[in-house]
Amino acid sequence: MTRASASTVPATSAAMHAPAAVFSWRRVGAMILRHLYVLRRSWPRILELAYWPTVQLVLWGFITTFFLQHSSWVAQAAGVLVSAVLLWDVLFRSNLGVALSFIEEMWSRNLGHLFASPLRPYELVASITIMGLLRTVISVAPAALLAWPFFDVWVFGLGPPLFAFFANLLVMGWCIGLVSSAVVLRFGVAAENFAWLGIFLLAPVSAVYYPVATLPGWLQGVAWSLPSAYVFEGMRAVLYEGAFRADLMWRAIGLNVVYLSLAAGFFLWICRVARLKGLLLRQGE
Amino acid sequence: MTRSDAPQVVEVENLTRRFDDIVAVDGISFTVADGSTAALLGGNGAGKTTTLSILLGLLLPTSGTVRVFGEDITRHRHRVLPRMNFSSPYVDLPKRLSVRENLTIFGHLYGLDRVSDRIRVLAADLDIGAFLDRPHGSLSSGQITRVALAKALLNEPRLLILDEPTVSLDPDTGDWVRSYLENYRDCTRATILLASHNMAEVERLCDRVMMMREGVIVDSGAPGELIRRYGRKNLEEVFLDIARRRARDDDKGAGAETAVPAA
Repeated sequence: MTRASASTVPATSAAMHAPAAVFSWRRVGAMILRHLYVLRRSWPRILELAYWPTVQLVLWGFITTFFLQHSSWVAQAAGVLVSAVLLWDVLFRSNLGVALSFIEEMWSRNLGHLFASPLRPYELVASITIMGLLRTVISVAPAALLAWPFFDVWVFGLGPPLFAFFANLLVMGWCIGLVSSAVVLRFGVAAENFAWLGIFLLAPVSAVYYPVATLPGWLQGVAWSLPSAYVFEGMRAVLYEGAFRADLMWRAIGLNVVYLSLAAGFFLWICRVARLKGLLLRQGE
Repeated sequence: MTRSDAPQVVEVENLTRRFDDIVAVDGISFTVADGSTAALLGGNGAGKTTTLSILLGLLLPTSGTVRVFGEDITRHRHRVLPRMNFSSPYVDLPKRLSVRENLTIFGHLYGLDRVSDRIRVLAADLDIGAFLDRPHGSLSSGQITRVALAKALLNEPRLLILDEPTVSLDPDTGDWVRSYLENYRDCTRATILLASHNMAEVERLCDRVMMMREGVIVDSGAPGELIRRYGRKNLEEVFLDIARRRARDDDKGAGAETAVPAA
């Protein structure tokens, strides 16, 4: 090895050593770039993202085909089950996109580097939620497009309300993903199953495939506390009645605003707890 | 300006950190002057890494104050983090990403003007050009150490914190890293604070040494001064003297005095 020498390196500028800006899109972008690098390097990961939604679509597509001949409820709106499964995947993938983007930092023992850099915790939140959006689009878009040639269901036929459904489920997924990430940060990667499985607790009360009225009375109250129940009721209103229920969407938006504030606050609080308990240097597989 | 009247980059006062019943750092105070190189020395569990983690803002103290560049690091760390950087064996870079990708991400996080130019310069300086495009997870420990150093130097930090900078390196690579750090300090007049078990490294690099034992700084001074005061041949013997004094104290039971060097 040759003798080490340090160049008079042209790195320093006054701006670079200035106090970190309160918010920097460049730092958010750097974190997004980090995850895009991972995706770019791993085609199996991209295929895996699209795999489950597509398998779900095929399964529910055939169930729909069967029910069209045997169920008058499904026959009235042929796309109800396929649309439901695709929208459920928006919620599921959004949650997973956020949680995995964060847990990946723990797997790679990178949190110490990030938290000792100018990156602010809420910039980390911004980056993993944007990654949640990107992962959701990569996951669900192929299945949504394949539903047309295979099962004659054009989910985009829901029109502008689809955007409202998508946005609400995306944000609810972010909330669950942030809470899952915080739990994993607090209790270690051993708790990561929570990120994978926690959301399924909400599936029965989200009324994905049946109206909220199907649930027992006491569970209906739980369902109406979730933005997802309003979205799926709204979806059925569009498909069965051809009407967009703005009242349902406004309630979903209201709940999402509250839950997103609480989830982001909880995540940031756990980040502080991690500094308090010395968790940032003790993470990893 | 002499080093003694240089401004203090690090000011630690009555710093205590407890983990439940364990006192990892017990009321220590020290300063590190601008442009100096200081070391925290001590055995396993002495509190070195805990102290460095608090200085980086990764860990909050139980009590005491820590000021870096005059700012309270527990409350305003983002005011000073752009001027700091570190390397530690307790953190990794993402293994699936290439070295270049990792450095690019941190270059943007630290707000570098020309990220690729800076990576090119560091690659030449640290001799990492040959594996810039290899996944970080495929590197040898010597290569990983040099990449960690490249990441730590990306923003040309005014305060460089190094935890075990040459741990698990062969003697040649260890010597190479020490030479590099000497050159870096001379070129940039940066302040360096390191924790190490390698006494030869500390003797060679540091102006000042703080000997830690069980969370307490039991002695401090210039390496040569400590060697003279303890009547030993080198810093390793001083270290052993302090460590064995602990063993003797433990044998005597509770109430033993803190190690005090011979006058």
